[in-house]
Amino acid sequence: MIEFLRRFFAGTQLSANAAKERLRLVLMTDHLALGPEIVEAMKRDLVDVISRHVEVDRERIEVTFEQQDRSLALLANVPILSVHRPEPREPAKSPPQRPRRKRRSRRKSTAAVPATEPAAAT
Amino acid sequence: MHVLSQTGEAVAAPEERVTTGETTKLGRAIVVTSGKGGVGKTTTTANLGTALAQRGARVALIDADVGLRNLDIVLGLENRVQHHLLDVLEETATIDDALVPDKHSEGLFLLAAAQAREKDEVDTEKMRALVASLRERFDYVIIDSPAGIEKGFKNAVAGAQEAIVVCTPEVSSVRDVDRVVGLLGNRFRPQLVINRVRPQLVKKGTMLSVEDVDAFLRLPLLGVIADEPQIIVTTNRGEPLALQRDGKTAAAYHAIAARVAGEDVPPPQVELPKPTLFQRLFRGGRA
Repeated sequence: MIEFLRRFFAGTQLSANAAKERLRLVLMTDHLALGPEIVEAMKRDLVDVISRHVEVDRERIEVTFEQQDRSLALLANVPILSVHRPEPREPAKSPPQRPRRKRRSRRKSTAAVPATEPAAAT
Repeated sequence: MHVLSQTGEAVAAPEERVTTGETTKLGRAIVVTSGKGGVGKTTTTANLGTALAQRGARVALIDADVGLRNLDIVLGLENRVQHHLLDVLEETATIDDALVPDKHSEGLFLLAAAQAREKDEVDTEKMRALVASLRERFDYVIIDSPAGIEKGFKNAVAGAQEAIVVCTPEVSSVRDVDRVVGLLGNRFRPQLVINRVRPQLVKKGTMLSVEDVDAFLRLPLLGVIADEPQIIVTTNRGEPLALQRDGKTAAAYHAIAARVAGEDVPPPQVELPKPTLFQRLFRGGRA
């Protein structure tokens, strides 16, 4: 009998935790109200912006959402491969419609020879 | 921030006081809502109204659940209702004809919902105007919202400045409250009542605790009401529990009323009754 009760209690202890976990997920999706394709696009744009300044590891980027007080926070974990040296901005040089991969390789080369690129940009 | 009026009663929204020749004070219109049905909106409304009236306030309760009239039952006033909300809105009865004085508490009045009508028949602007006119005559206008987030809810919310959201420690209820709070926005400064808490289940880990619910909703906690058989008994009789002066749950309702009135009362909590060993084994085996 005692053993039965002990097992019974051990089982029920999980149910409030199960409720918490389900609630956490359900509220997160309720708050987000964004499709996965939007999240994916957001992630891509976010990384594109960060890539202008530092070189990041695109394969290991994690974007998650977390509830903080009454609002939802976007948390991005972006591993940085190398830090570009400060260089003048080049707004005209990187049209947004250019394919991502191509832009990235170009960026690497500018980092290697920083002296030539700004001159061309301005 | 609260200020004290001449009557010694705390007023949460001093900016809403108006001066018309002599200084008059507009009452506060508070909507009680939850999204989900069956969590205790009507019971909360009846008991809060009773507790506020017992404190000497003039209180009008509006049952906005058109088509499913309940508040009159909980207050024990079902035999006294002659006219209802829609009669007043459609001007087939005056507000004075329709307001039913409570049997038990002086200063407490009920405006019943129409039973044989539908929520869509309520004109939102007229509802807003009615609540505004009642605020001139009462210290509190408490509106019992129907379940849901459709027209009935919107009508109930229309004239209110503040909101009390009622939640039970369940996933579905917390989710619905979260949604409703999102719909209400900050304008209503929603405050939370957690209803039907069963301390023994919380202790066992079978039920979400007050802290758990609080962590998800992050709302000012107005009160915590235990799931007590006494509430069923008092509802059966049509005598709100808050009429009683003793008992933990009655005290919890009076604490809510005090907090609504702006008093600084200790944070709400539910105490775990100390069960005998036999009770513990019995309940454990049966739960």
